[in-house]
Amino acid sequence: MSKLFNSPKIDQLGLIERAAKFKTRSIKKEAKINGLKLALSMIDLTTLEGKDTEGKVRQLCYKAMHLHDDLDVPTVAAICVYPNMVAIAKKALEGSGVKVASVATAFPSGMSSREVKLADTKLAVDHGADEIDMVISRGRFHQGDYQYVFDEIALIKEACGKARLKVILETGELGTPDQVRRASDIAIHAGADFIKTSTGKISPAATMPTTLLMLEAIKDHYQKTGKMVGMKPAGGISDAKTALHYLAMLKETLGEAWMSSEWFRFGASRLANDVLMQLYKQKTGAYQSADYFSKD
Amino acid sequence: MANRIDVLKTYKLYINGKFPRTESGRYYQPKGAKGESLGNICLASRKDFRNAVVAARKAQQAWSSRSAFNRGQILYRIAEHMESRKAEFVELLGKEEGLSSAKSKSKIESLIDRIVYYAGWTDKFQQLFSSVNPVASSHFNFSMLEPVGVVSVLCDEKVGFEGLVTAISSIIGSGNSLVLLASKNSPTSAITFAEVLHHSDLPAGVVNILSGDRDELATHIAKHMDVNALLYCGDDEKLLKELQTESANNLKRIIHWSAEDNSEEYLESPYRIQEFLETKTTWHPVEQIGGSAPAY
Amino acid sequence: MSKKENAFSLKFDTEWTYAEAPESTSHIAIEKKYDLFIDGKFVKPKSGKYFETINPATEKPLAKVAEANQKDVDAAVNAARKAFPKWSGLPAKERGKYIFRIARLIQEKAREFAVIETMDGGKPIKEARDIDIPLAAAHFFYYAGWADKLQYAFPNAKAEPLGVAGQIIPWNFPLLMAAWKIAPALACGNTVVLKPAETTPLTALKLAELIQESGLPNGVVNIVTGDGKTGALIVEHPEIDKIAFTGSTEVGKIIQRAIAGTNKKATLELGGKAANIIFEDAPIDQAVEGVINGIFFNQGHVCCAGSRLFVQESIQKEVERKLVDRLETLIVGDPLDKNTDVGAINSKQQLETINGYLKIGESEGLRSHQAKNKLPDSGYFCRPTLFFDVAQSSRLAKEEIFGPVLAIQTFRTVDEVIEKANNTPYGLSAGVWTDKGSKAFNLSSQLKAGVIWANTFNKFDPTSPFGGYKESGFGREGGLHGLAAYLKIKA
Repeated sequence: MSKLFNSPKIDQLGLIERAAKFKTRSIKKEAKINGLKLALSMIDLTTLEGKDTEGKVRQLCYKAMHLHDDLDVPTVAAICVYPNMVAIAKKALEGSGVKVASVATAFPSGMSSREVKLADTKLAVDHGADEIDMVISRGRFHQGDYQYVFDEIALIKEACGKARLKVILETGELGTPDQVRRASDIAIHAGADFIKTSTGKISPAATMPTTLLMLEAIKDHYQKTGKMVGMKPAGGISDAKTALHYLAMLKETLGEAWMSSEWFRFGASRLANDVLMQLYKQKTGAYQSADYFSKD
Repeated sequence: MANRIDVLKTYKLYINGKFPRTESGRYYQPKGAKGESLGNICLASRKDFRNAVVAARKAQQAWSSRSAFNRGQILYRIAEHMESRKAEFVELLGKEEGLSSAKSKSKIESLIDRIVYYAGWTDKFQQLFSSVNPVASSHFNFSMLEPVGVVSVLCDEKVGFEGLVTAISSIIGSGNSLVLLASKNSPTSAITFAEVLHHSDLPAGVVNILSGDRDELATHIAKHMDVNALLYCGDDEKLLKELQTESANNLKRIIHWSAEDNSEEYLESPYRIQEFLETKTTWHPVEQIGGSAPAY
Repeated sequence: MSKKENAFSLKFDTEWTYAEAPESTSHIAIEKKYDLFIDGKFVKPKSGKYFETINPATEKPLAKVAEANQKDVDAAVNAARKAFPKWSGLPAKERGKYIFRIARLIQEKAREFAVIETMDGGKPIKEARDIDIPLAAAHFFYYAGWADKLQYAFPNAKAEPLGVAGQIIPWNFPLLMAAWKIAPALACGNTVVLKPAETTPLTALKLAELIQESGLPNGVVNIVTGDGKTGALIVEHPEIDKIAFTGSTEVGKIIQRAIAGTNKKATLELGGKAANIIFEDAPIDQAVEGVINGIFFNQGHVCCAGSRLFVQESIQKEVERKLVDRLETLIVGDPLDKNTDVGAINSKQQLETINGYLKIGESEGLRSHQAKNKLPDSGYFCRPTLFFDVAQSSRLAKEEIFGPVLAIQTFRTVDEVIEKANNTPYGLSAGVWTDKGSKAFNLSSQLKAGVIWANTFNKFDPTSPFGGYKESGFGREGGLHGLAAYLKIKA
C-alpha cells in the first residue's frame, strides 16, 4: 500500500511539451470525419445544474439519440445527470443503447459523510444508473489521508454493483501533476472502472497534459496487471479540433484497445454541436452557422 | 676561522608532491646570464613528463572540488612563503637573468604581488564570466565556468621565471592542474618555487615542474592525449606551429602568450584566467503552476 | 521481452489512422540553377561546373548548384576583405539594424524556408517549421541587438572585429547553422564567406537572395557552394582571419592542423556521443520522451544527440518497455507530411554509414528493437533502432553514428554512471533525469560536457551558449559567450 501512495514523479514541463505535440498532429479528410464520429460516440452529454428540470433532461436525452438526423452519426455514449434525474433519463433513453450516468457522493464537493455518499450512490443505482461518477474526498487527500480516499472509493465501488464506476479526481483542486498521478493510482487500485479529470465546476477542468498523465497511469497499471481502466476528461473540451487532439493522444498513448466509448469518454455539454458543425462542413464544403444546430 | 665550504643544493624535479630526480638520470649544466654555472640540473625525459601528467590528472578533480575560497587561501599562502624566502629568489633570479639586486628584488616583489592578485580572483571570476540566460522556453538556463582540466605550460627564456609564476597562479586558481616545463635558464628559481608550493598546502600533483630541454620535449607534450590545454609563453613561431599541429590530435586548446605582451595590464587580468576555462551551460525545466502560468 | 509482458502489450496499429497531410509546395520558388553569391551578386563559377542537389526523400534532383574553385573563393574572400573596413566602421546601431532586417525577412518567408529545408535535407516539415526556421530568425534577432552593446560584454577590455570570417557549416541544420555563424560575425563587425554543405545548399542560397533584398552592403556576406575541397580552400586562404566550423571531429582536427602557424582564430563545433542518464527516481514518462527526442530528433543527425542511454538497473525493464511502445508511434516517412516524426536520412552515403553500424549491432548479437513502420519505396530511410545491453567497449557506444540508433547501457551507482558517461573523448552534451535536485546538480557539475540538459534534452536558444569540451571542439556559439569567437579582446 505504501508503494501505491508513492507514485512515479511527473515533470510538469515535460508533460506539457509532450501533450503539445499531439496538437501538431494534422488530422484531415477521412481521418477527420472518422475521428469526429468516434468523438461523438464517446460523449457523455452532460447537464449538471441546480436548475435542471425533467424537461431539460428529456430534451437532452432526445439529443443524445438524435444528434443530427441529416447526418450519418452515432448516438452519444451516455448522458450524465444528477441522481434525482436518473429515472427520468432512464425512461427517455429506453432501448436506445445510450447509457445513463449519474454523479454521486455529494457531487461536486464530496463534502459529506460516508453514509450520505453511499446513500447517494445507492439512490442512483436503484433508479437504474448504468454508471456512477463519484468525486474523491480532496480534503482528505490533501491531509495526506490517502487510505481514507482509497477505502471510500472501494466502498462506493461495492455499492455500485453492476454499474461502472468513474472516479472524478477534480484535478483542478489537486495542485500539481504529481498529486494527480497519486490520486489516479489510488483510484485505479481501489477499483475504478474509469478515472475522470473534473466535475466541470472547477477551473482548470480537463487539460491535455493532465489527461495525458492519467492515461499514462492507466497504461502503467495495464502493463503491470493486464487490467484496463477507462479515461474520461471532462469540462472545457468544447471544440472538434481539441477533441481530435485528445483522440490522437489516446491513440498514441494507449492504442487500439481504448479507442471506443467502452474505455474513453468526453464529459462535455457543448462539444457535440461543434463536432456536428465540422461534420456538416465536411459534407457540404460550407462553413456552418450555430443557428442550424440545436442548443439544448 | 677557516673559510666555510658552502653546502650546495641539488635541484630536482617536482612531480606529484615529491622531488624526484629525472628517471633518465640525465643532467645538463645551464649557465646564468653572466656565464656562471647554475649547477647540475635534471634533464627531464618524456617519461618524467608522462608521470607528471598522470599526477596532474589524478589531482585535478579533487583540486577543482575545493572551494574557491580555499584555493584563494592556498595561493595567498604561496605568496606568504615566497615573501619569506624573498632574499633567496632575488639572488637566484639575479644569477639566472643577470639582474642587479635592486632590479631582481623589484621583479620578485611584483611577482609576489601577482600571486596575491590571482589569489583574490579565485572566488570572483565566476561571477564575472557566468551568466543566466533568458531562454524563450520555461527553463532555468545558466552558463558557468569550469577548469579546462590538465594544462601543459612551456616557457621560453624570454619569459623565464615571470612567465612561470604568472602561468601557475592564473591557471591553478580556477581548479586546473598543470605540468610546466621551466625555461632552460630558470631551473633554480623554478624548483625553489616548487619548494614554496610544496609548503603551502597545495595538494600533490596540482603543479608539477620539470626542468629540461624544450626542443626535446615539445612534441611529446603537444601530442599527449590526456592534456586538455597547452600554454606557450614565448615567440618561437616555428615551435608554436608545431605545437598547434601536434595538439590537433586531441584538439587541445592552445593558448599563446607572447613575450611582448609583458605589461602588468596583460599579465594581471581575469581574461588570463578565462583562457583556461570551459563554459558549461545547464538547462532545467521551470514548473508552470501559479502566478500567471497556464493551468497544469 | 518475456511472453508474460507480451500478454499486456499495447496495440498502436489502430483502426483510426491519420490521413496523409502533405505540406503544400506550391508557394516555393526554387531556381533550376544557382550561382555563387559574391559581392552582392550571383556570379557564375569560374570552373563553369555545377553539381546537383537532390531531395533525399525522393532521390530526385532539386537544382543545380555552382562548384566554387580557388578563383571563386579568392573572389569571395576579396569581396569580404574589401567590404570589411566600411562594414566594421559603420555606426554599430546601423549594423544592428541590417541584422534586424534579415531576421524579419526570415520570419516573413519562414514557410518557404521550412519547405525548402525539408526538401533539400530530409528533415520533417514539423521540425523545419517549428524549430529550424524560427530559431534561425531568433538568432539574428538576438545578435542584432548586440551590435551596439559590445562594450558591455567584456568589462575593462576593448573588443575589435577580427576581419574576414570563413564559415563552414554542416547539413543537419542548414539555415540554423548559417544563422549561428553569420549573425554573431556580422554583429561584431566582421565580414563573411560562408560555405553550406554540398547536400543542403538551397536555404543558404535562398538566404543569399534574402540578404540581397535586405540591402546589406555588397561583400559583407558571400556564399560559395561546393564540397570539402571548397571548404579546404576557405580554411587555407591567407586572407581569412577566422575559421568557424561545425562538422565532424575528424575534419575539425584537419582544420586545426591546417591553420597551425597562422594567426587564424578558430571555433570548432564537432562531434559528440552524449550520455543521457535516467535514475530510478526520475520522472520516467518525461525521461522516456526526452530520450526519444534526444536520439530521433532530426533522424539523429544531431551532434549533441543523446546517443548513449544509461538506465539505472532497477528500472531497466520499465524504461525499455516504454521506449519500445513509444517507437511504435513514431511516424517515419515523407518529410513533407505534417505528421512525420522521423524523415529521410540526409544522403545515401550517410544511410550506408548508419547501416554499417546496424550490421555491427547484428554481428555482436545484440538484443534490439526497430520501429515497424512501413518505409517509403524510394528515398533514404532508416528505422529508428534501439540496441539493448550494449557494452561500453562496443563501437556502438563509442562512435558517433549520426543516425536514429540508440545504444542502451545500464548502471547501478552514481559513481559508475559518471565514470562511464565521461569515458569518451567527446564532451558536447549530456542529459540527466532525476527528481532529486542535489543529484541533478552533482551530475551537472561532474559530467564533462559543454551543455547539460537536466530533466530535458535537445533544447536550443540563441541566448544559450553551445559548444563542447574535449574533442567536441572549442569555442561557444550563442549567448554573450558566443561573441568572443568573433572579437579580439584587448586589455
